[in-house]
This record gives sequence, structure tokens and C-alpha cells, in this order.
Amino acid sequence: MSARQILTGALALTALATPIAALADVVRGEALFRPCRACHMIGEGAVHRVGPDLNGLVGRRIGSAAGYEYSDDLTEAGAEGEIWTDETLDRFLAGPRAYFPGTNMVFRGITASEDRAALIAYLSAEGGAPDGAAQTGGTDIDPEIATILEIEGDIAYGAYLSSECTACHRAAGGTDIPSIAGLAPSVFIAGLLSYRNGTRQHLVMNALAQRLGDEEIAALAAYFASAE
Amino acid sequence: MTINRRIFLGSTVAITTSLCAPAVLTAQGRPQVVVVGGDAGGATAARYIANDSQGAVDVTLIEPTRAYYTCFFSNLYLGGFRDYESLGHSYGTLAADYGINVVHDWAIAVDRDTKTVRLAGGGSVPYDRLVLSPGIDFIEDSVPGWSLAAQNAMPHAYKAGSQTQLLRAQIAAMPEGGTFAMVAPPNPYRCPPGPYERVSMVAHMLRETNPTARILIADPKESFSKQALFEDGWERHYPGMIQRIGPDFGGGSVEVDAQAMTLSIDGQVENVDVCNVIPAQRAGSIAFAAGITDGDWVPVSAYDMSSRADPEIYVLGDSAAQGAMPKSGFSANSQAKVAANAILAALTDARAFPARFSNTCWSLIDTDDGIKVGATYAASDEGIVSVDSFVSQLDETAELRAQTYRESIDWYTAITSDMFG
Repeated sequence: MSARQILTGALALTALATPIAALADVVRGEALFRPCRACHMIGEGAVHRVGPDLNGLVGRRIGSAAGYEYSDDLTEAGAEGEIWTDETLDRFLAGPRAYFPGTNMVFRGITASEDRAALIAYLSAEGGAPDGAAQTGGTDIDPEIATILEIEGDIAYGAYLSSECTACHRAAGGTDIPSIAGLAPSVFIAGLLSYRNGTRQHLVMNALAQRLGDEEIAALAAYFASAE
Repeated sequence: MTINRRIFLGSTVAITTSLCAPAVLTAQGRPQVVVVGGDAGGATAARYIANDSQGAVDVTLIEPTRAYYTCFFSNLYLGGFRDYESLGHSYGTLAADYGINVVHDWAIAVDRDTKTVRLAGGGSVPYDRLVLSPGIDFIEDSVPGWSLAAQNAMPHAYKAGSQTQLLRAQIAAMPEGGTFAMVAPPNPYRCPPGPYERVSMVAHMLRETNPTARILIADPKESFSKQALFEDGWERHYPGMIQRIGPDFGGGSVEVDAQAMTLSIDGQVENVDVCNVIPAQRAGSIAFAAGITDGDWVPVSAYDMSSRADPEIYVLGDSAAQGAMPKSGFSANSQAKVAANAILAALTDARAFPARFSNTCWSLIDTDDGIKVGATYAASDEGIVSVDSFVSQLDETAELRAQTYRESIDWYTAITSDMFG
């Protein structure tokens, strides 16, 4: 079933209950999802980018979308059988790093509980149930990321380039400027690409990333993957 | 001797953090780099050369102060957003973890023929390559009536430390409804938005403690960095408190009397309670002593920050004629990395990479209202040129302004670690 069919089906099932409220939640949730699109895709054709594609998220084991390199915190939670439920998602969206301190997701959180509920309703409706058929493109990697992953990064060049990063990014990370040391190459590359192509907006990062070619990004990814 | 990448254990170099200057420091067979000025440029260069050479290069850092108080963020202390100690950084980590020979003394002369640096305490230090990062000194008589003898009555607070503490104490002691005056500097000067962030921070403090006080700026410049943003912020946060007199109305024709505590703008005499005089600036004195200046600053190659007059002397930060880059701590730190790479390539078999520079200047206007300006830069025969620039916008959301301020706090922690280890 496509996400759209699921959405229609979900709406049909709730038609006897509070159809207008449910639809309003999903619509509001879609608006709330806009900033998330800087890193996440959902729905038809979704692939992993900075963050994993969110099809089949609700009801799935944490940190388990195939082909995405999660932080250790999320991988371990999934290994222990923890699931993305309405409750765990609500807790995560309220403050990702309060829940999982080691998460790579750089997001301050959503304060209003009704907003979080609306967003979860949208994720559920648009992303569908966590069965293989509903997940579209789950293991497909963004071709731009794949191209750079194929380049053998020059670590010594990456070390030199990294000195431009360390003016702001320290290894331990800050509250607003995250740590970039030890990131999986696909996640690191996706991050810089999202700034280079403007999917993610930040005045400083856009300017810095725009003058990084594929060779430079590969070198940096290789260097930071090797850094503690 | 092998050196662990992070921890330096033991030393065959006799002098570390000593009060006495030695007669001569011998080269020990390893190439010697001497860095004068333990600041944003110099401390960064010393750390990167020591760290990246993994002990192959001997690094001496000459810096008179035992703790470095950053000029950047000192305005936030004036505004009550940070405490004084948070601005201070010790050289202990550079000495202990990086094996840098930290010498607390003044460099007073450079003999380019014998390649030695003479110290005020006596003795001299030989170099294979020399890095100068001596910041700024003030041009004498640039503000009629003001000299260094007047800096207690009318602080510049444009070299951080006791001057900053003095200025804050003077602001706190202002009478109700008193006048804080600033004589702003002409271009080029250290930290282009600095005086205007300072005005914002003083206004913030006065709004809380002395709301009928006023701020008067005499400015020889037509325009200044992030002007539209500051003026918009002043209007929103401190309406009616700040008056800026530009050159059209005599802001460039200024005289002070430190005894009488008056400021005369185009002949019009004002009684002032605090007078922050920021004089015209030039390169630090050691650059002149070394004979490498041209006019007020040191011309350098954009490709590696080496001085045009002597390619074995590299000049970083404020003292350099740095092309399109502003004279900021961020710029000095950025330039230091280019110089470090070039020096290591010259002295060891390290690879040289093309120069690249960047800068971001954050300024705080009021609580959770932060702005920034910056650019990326590249090297050219003509000097450092801008590649792409950015600046905060007038119509930004309150959330973005708050985020801009918060990220500057992370930046400060990161860059001071980058400088001091």
C-alpha cells in the first residue's frame, strides 16, 4: 500500500470517531514537519539523507531502518527491543538529547505536547506501518552521498581542512554547535551536502560548504571518522 | 624523543614557564619556531605547529601575560552577560600537553641577520622561522588630549584585562542620568563591530541600573559594521538612549580633557562621566622593531601569511595588512592555521595545502538578540580576497536571533580550546 492509501485508509477507519480532529492533526503535523525536511524524507521516494528516511517509523524498533548509520545510543536502544511508540516518540521530540545524549540529531525539541501529538499523527499517516512493503527506498542511499562515499578521502588533507571546523566545533560538542567527530561517513557527508545544496539553512555553514568540492568533503569525512 | 600526539612527557628544553630569561636557548638540532604574542593568532600557531609536527619542531611562545583575557566577548562582561574570569585562559596546557616553551617576557627586538629575538629580561632566542602576532598599539596623539597616561581616567579597554574591569567599574559608578561617551576609532581597527557591540552592552547595563543615563558616540566614520542591524536594535531595545555623532556633524573633530572629564565635538564641549576613548591603531611595536612594516601595518603574502619584507617572518591577526579579512580574533585563528601549514612544509616533510580562510563575527545587541557577519576567503597575488559573505537580516525571527547568540557561546568555548588547548 502506498502512503496515500494508508492515509486514506486511516482516515476511513477514524471516520466514525472524530474525523475532523484527526485530519486537522495530520494537516498541522505536516506543517510542523517542514523544518524536519532539512534532514529527513518521508513518503514515496524517500531515501536516507542526514537523517534516516521516516517511512514505517511509528511502531518500528529504534535505530533500525536498514542502510542508515545510527549513533550508538539509538542502535543500542533498538538492540534492547525499544520501539518508537507514541510515548517514546513524544519523549524524543520533546528533547532528543535529553532522551538520547549521544544522538546525532541536532534539534532543540518541541515544547507544546499538542504539537508533538500532531507531528506524530502526521508521521504515522504519511510514513505508514513498519512493514517492509510500506517502506519505499529504505536502503537506497541518496546518489549524491553515494558518489562522495566512493572517493577515497585524503586524511592528511582532511586534517588540514578540519582546522576550519574546529574554530566552532569542538570534539565534545556544544548545545547548539554539535560535535562532528566520530560521525559515520554517510551521515557526515549528508550533513555537509545539505548545507552545500541549501536544503539546510545556516548562514555560516552554507558559505563554508559551498566552497567544498566532493574531494574536500570526502577528505573531511575520512578525517573525522578517524578522529575520536 | 617521541611525543604522544596529545601529551608531552618530559623535556630536554631547559626553560618552560620561567620568570628569568635565559642567556641563549640552543636549537637542540630540531628546527626552531619562535612565536611572539600568545593570542588568537600566536597561541593557535604555536599549538598547531607543536601538535602537527609531533615533536619534530621546537616551538617557543613569548607572551608577557600569564593569563590571556580575550578582547572578544569582553563586551559581554561589560553588559553583565559573563563574568570576568570566564574571559581568562592559562598557558599551562600549551606548556604541559604540547611541549611548547612558554616564556613570559617581552620581545623587544628582532635581529633578522642572526635570526634571533631579544627579550626585555635579557637574553635572546634563535629562530628558523618567526611568527609575530603582537595585536595592536595606539597611534600617539590621534585623539587630541588623550595619551596612555590618561588611560585610567579615560579607558580604551581595547586590550582586554584590567582596562575592561576599570571600564565596567566606571559604568557602575556613573551618577544617575549621567553620560557615557565613546570616541570611536577610524578605519582600519581591531574588531569592526566591537565599539557598537560595546555601546549595546553598556546600554543594556544602564537600562537596568541607570535608565535615565545616556550614551554619546563621536564617530569619525560614515558607516560601520552591521550598522543597520545595530541601529534597528538600539531603536527597539534602548530608544532615546544612544546618540551617534558622525563625521557630518563633527564626529571626526574631537578633543578630550581627562582632568576635566570633558569631550569636545567640533568645538561643542560636553561634560561626561565615563569617556571610552578608542584611538587610531597600528601594528604592535615589535613589528616596527623588526623593520617589516609599511605605513601602520605589515604587508603579507596571502598564500602563507609571510611578511613581504622577510619571508621567514610570518605575521598574523591585527598587525597584518590582511586584505579583505577584518581584524578579528577569528581571522587571526584562521590565518594561524595557514601559516602553521606553510611553516611545517618548509621545515619538515609535511605537505603544503592551499590557503583558505574564514571569519564570523558575532555581536550581542540585547538579551537573546544576537547578530553575525562573516565570509570565506582565498589567497591571491593582490592579497586575501573575499569569496562569499553573509550577514544577519533585519527581519529575522526572535528565535533565530536567540540561536545566533547561543551558537556564539559554543564558538567561544571551541575557539579558546583551539587556541589554548
